[in-house]
Amino acid sequence: MTVDPHLSGLAGTIVHDAIVPARAPWLHHVAAGQTLRIVDLEGNQAVDFLLYAAADDAERYSAQDTVAAQGNLFLRQGTVLRSNEGRPMMTIAATSVDYHDTIGGACSCESNTLRYGHHTKAQHACVENFLEANLLEGRGKRDIVSNINFFMNVPVEPDGSLGIVDGISAPGLTVDLHAEMDVIVVVSNCPQINNPCNAFNPTPVRMIVAA
Amino acid sequence: MTGTLADPHAARDHARSMAGTVVEAMPVLPPTAMDLPADAHADDLLWEETIAAGGYATRRLPRGARLRLIDLKGDACASLLIFNAEMPTERLNVADTVKVQWNAYLGEGKLLLSDMGRVLMSFIEDNAGLHDTFCGTSNAATNGAKYGDGSNSGPHPNGRDRFLLGVAKHGLQPRDVHPCVNLFKGARIEEDGAITPQVGPFAPGRGAVPRAAMDAIAVIANCPHVLDPRLEWTVTPLRATAWRGPVTPVEDPIRNATPEGLRAFQNVEDYFRR
Repeated sequence: MTVDPHLSGLAGTIVHDAIVPARAPWLHHVAAGQTLRIVDLEGNQAVDFLLYAAADDAERYSAQDTVAAQGNLFLRQGTVLRSNEGRPMMTIAATSVDYHDTIGGACSCESNTLRYGHHTKAQHACVENFLEANLLEGRGKRDIVSNINFFMNVPVEPDGSLGIVDGISAPGLTVDLHAEMDVIVVVSNCPQINNPCNAFNPTPVRMIVAA
Repeated sequence: MTGTLADPHAARDHARSMAGTVVEAMPVLPPTAMDLPADAHADDLLWEETIAAGGYATRRLPRGARLRLIDLKGDACASLLIFNAEMPTERLNVADTVKVQWNAYLGEGKLLLSDMGRVLMSFIEDNAGLHDTFCGTSNAATNGAKYGDGSNSGPHPNGRDRFLLGVAKHGLQPRDVHPCVNLFKGARIEEDGAITPQVGPFAPGRGAVPRAAMDAIAVIANCPHVLDPRLEWTVTPLRATAWRGPVTPVEDPIRNATPEGLRAFQNVEDYFRR
């Protein structure tokens, strides 16, 4: 019997294990106390990530509350992912990548027209994935807010310059998220091909939930 | 007192006797402003209001309107939400605003972008230079922890609860409250990602003038910056003045300053092609 290296160090019983194909959405309810592990299977694959409180989905992840509460832009081990009411939703229990982004937002058909030109409007984008997944549960455009980009690197220079640059992730690297409340996780496995966030080549990721 | 106001006529007279009272934070109707720029006519004035320390205000502004915000005493913090007035599901997107412009620091010439790839507002003037796109605003929990009570009904209102009231005045709901920008307070980012708040107090009279590229609803909360390190809840009044102005012409230098910004203006012009 071979040992699955992606399960290394993950305590508890595996209750869900899915491969999210390149460019696809993913939605899953994670109960308080469970741990979600995201595996960057092939390296430098941005995982755009939103959270909603299962009890009331008007409460959702807030990038601004999260970075203000910790006084730092980067999401690292120990970062508490906070809601728009300031409450802890999940905690980054472990990460084999130094830090993750939450200021770069999600690509959309519309923002692609600004960043790259109108020739990219027809390309698939993360906001399309967020909408498709959220619509399954009655949420819509008003429910899409600034997200997390796991495995994505957005440095800010002293003059305020920022940009999505080459990733600092690699094949098999992981992030473990401990649920502090019952949450709905909505993911877009980023389909962007016009910047380095996916090394110009979107690839699958693996989502494992342990209870 | 209760005795003399026991009948409706006395109560009416008492209420009417307040007319004409002038306080620091209030709207001026009809709007008047002695300090309009030379290219603005008094007839085009739309709004003149001083927003209280800890208060909020909202306004629907027509395409082309100039919104001048003045930090009257050097310690205002104008937290700003913006909606497309005719389709409020379209709203300010702070992430796109900083990503598309390849820079996080707002100032003269910078754009505030919607989540539909369009310009909501652009800064035609700014002499404050310090604004914040990262930290968002305070909430009941943060103000409660810092000041003991963060509620709307208490002495230390928080920005989020102000926003909830402000959007409700336009029929909108909590899920319409989106990430905001803070004008007049800065947030410098260190190499390791640490956020250094720049909260002043500053010289009185700093101003910024965003220009509406679309019919817009602006919701403004004036509460202390969420990372204000001062122990005391500290904020001063904010003056808002708005007047009608021309729609951005094709030769406008801000429109044409960057290829990304130009496409955002072209998307606005396309939206209004009707």
